[in-house]
Amino acid sequence: MSTTSTSATQVLFDAPGPRGRRRILLISIVSSLAILALIALGLWQFQRNGQLAADKWLPYLRRDYIAFLGKGLMGTLEATAVAAVIAFPFGLVLALGRISRARALSAISAVWIEFFRGIPMLLVVYAFLLALPAYGVNLPRFWMLVVPMILVSSASTAEVFRAGIGAVDRGQDEASAAIGLSRGQTMRYVILPQAVRLVLPSLILALVSLLKDSTLGFVVSFNELQFQGKTMVSITRFLVQTYVVVSVIYIVLNFLLTKAAGLLERRMRRRAAEGGGRSR
Amino acid sequence: MQIILDNIPLLLQGIGTTIALTVLGYAFALVLGTALAVCRVSPIPPLRWAATVYVEIFRNIPLLSLLILLAFGLPDAGVLLPYFWCGVAGLSLSGAAFVCENIRSGINTVPIGHAEAARSIGLGFFGVLRYVVLPQAFRTMVQPLVNVFIATVIGSSLCAAISVVEITYVTQQLNIASAQAVLLFLVAGALYLALSLGVAYLGRRVERAVAPGDARPLRTADRLQGAAQA
Repeated sequence: MSTTSTSATQVLFDAPGPRGRRRILLISIVSSLAILALIALGLWQFQRNGQLAADKWLPYLRRDYIAFLGKGLMGTLEATAVAAVIAFPFGLVLALGRISRARALSAISAVWIEFFRGIPMLLVVYAFLLALPAYGVNLPRFWMLVVPMILVSSASTAEVFRAGIGAVDRGQDEASAAIGLSRGQTMRYVILPQAVRLVLPSLILALVSLLKDSTLGFVVSFNELQFQGKTMVSITRFLVQTYVVVSVIYIVLNFLLTKAAGLLERRMRRRAAEGGGRSR
Repeated sequence: MQIILDNIPLLLQGIGTTIALTVLGYAFALVLGTALAVCRVSPIPPLRWAATVYVEIFRNIPLLSLLILLAFGLPDAGVLLPYFWCGVAGLSLSGAAFVCENIRSGINTVPIGHAEAARSIGLGFFGVLRYVVLPQAFRTMVQPLVNVFIATVIGSSLCAAISVVEITYVTQQLNIASAQAVLLFLVAGALYLALSLGVAYLGRRVERAVAPGDARPLRTADRLQGAAQA
């Protein structure tokens, strides 16, 4: 216990005595064995079906395999980046619309947000893929994926921004009113700059969900990682291997982004704690 | 309209499957997620590590990748599940990671003093959790857990990509068979909205029922009013 305990999870049990330590060691060994047995069982199942053979895994180190999947990865990153660049500012506009005093604007924004937060993205993708072409709306594959991503993400980031605006200290509103700023000026010069900083970690997490949503390129046949994996499977027949490799790439990317968001949040909280006396 | 009336049995089957996927997936996610959360706060290092690794993997894998892996990948490794159960498994496995994280952060919102007091009157690890920490943590967990449920409703649509006949799949099939696209998609959208908004409403009711008197979160407008009065 080097740090002062700040959360309940750290005081659920005492620093154990000798008997406690022995018991913990015993349970640790038993549970380790259980976990290892579980993993071994899984591996054995793979081995028995010949899925662990080296010639089914080593090709993924070959340059052409890497280049093939790399092309998919580029597609994924491109779709995610384009969707984020459009969806995040759009989300901010929706959030401002929702908290605006103009009833009609507020209602429209609220309906938009609740609608796209409540329906699955796959349904939107199918609408663009299957329904709209019948009415002469024919987008390129890239936009068939990215437009639904934007629609869905704008709604969820709008709620992120709204929460951020709500989290800015009330005193800031009062102070701006006291020095004679109008509501619009207060929002623009005082609240928003702070709110946007507050929501940065949540925006990184929104990026993670965009990255996950981009897997729906699988459905619209846009060359992103998941679809590229499907194409690879149809050529090599390495089903398990390809889908595992693809999933691992997604997991690593998202893990790094999630970690970055966590670090940023912790740093901001520490700063707030240090400068608390001044900024409040 | 005719297309809807003609296919009511198929639509009902789709709705039933969506609800079954969601309810089963969520139920397993709750059980597994709670077990994982207990592991993550336990004094046993291997269990803590295993739960952490689990959460990091299943929180970060896209649900569609997981479903494809389960439905199309695993048969090659000799694990043959019907697509419906692949869907349930995918939803539970990924849901459990989020449930675990929400429970853990819910536990962290309980003031340490309570856990310390419980320790000092002699409750053990499970006693503290069961009688003091979890009942209080549950209040703050209602909203996040409802969100996991809504995510499960929405996530269940991805099972259409592995040919489970649920709402999205039915919509897409009927759309191919007819030209009534807009109507079909509006109906399907309305069904999902009804499901997720209905559950969100129920969740708010539950949250209000378990919340202590003053814990209702203030909206900005309320705060401004409060400030004006003060």
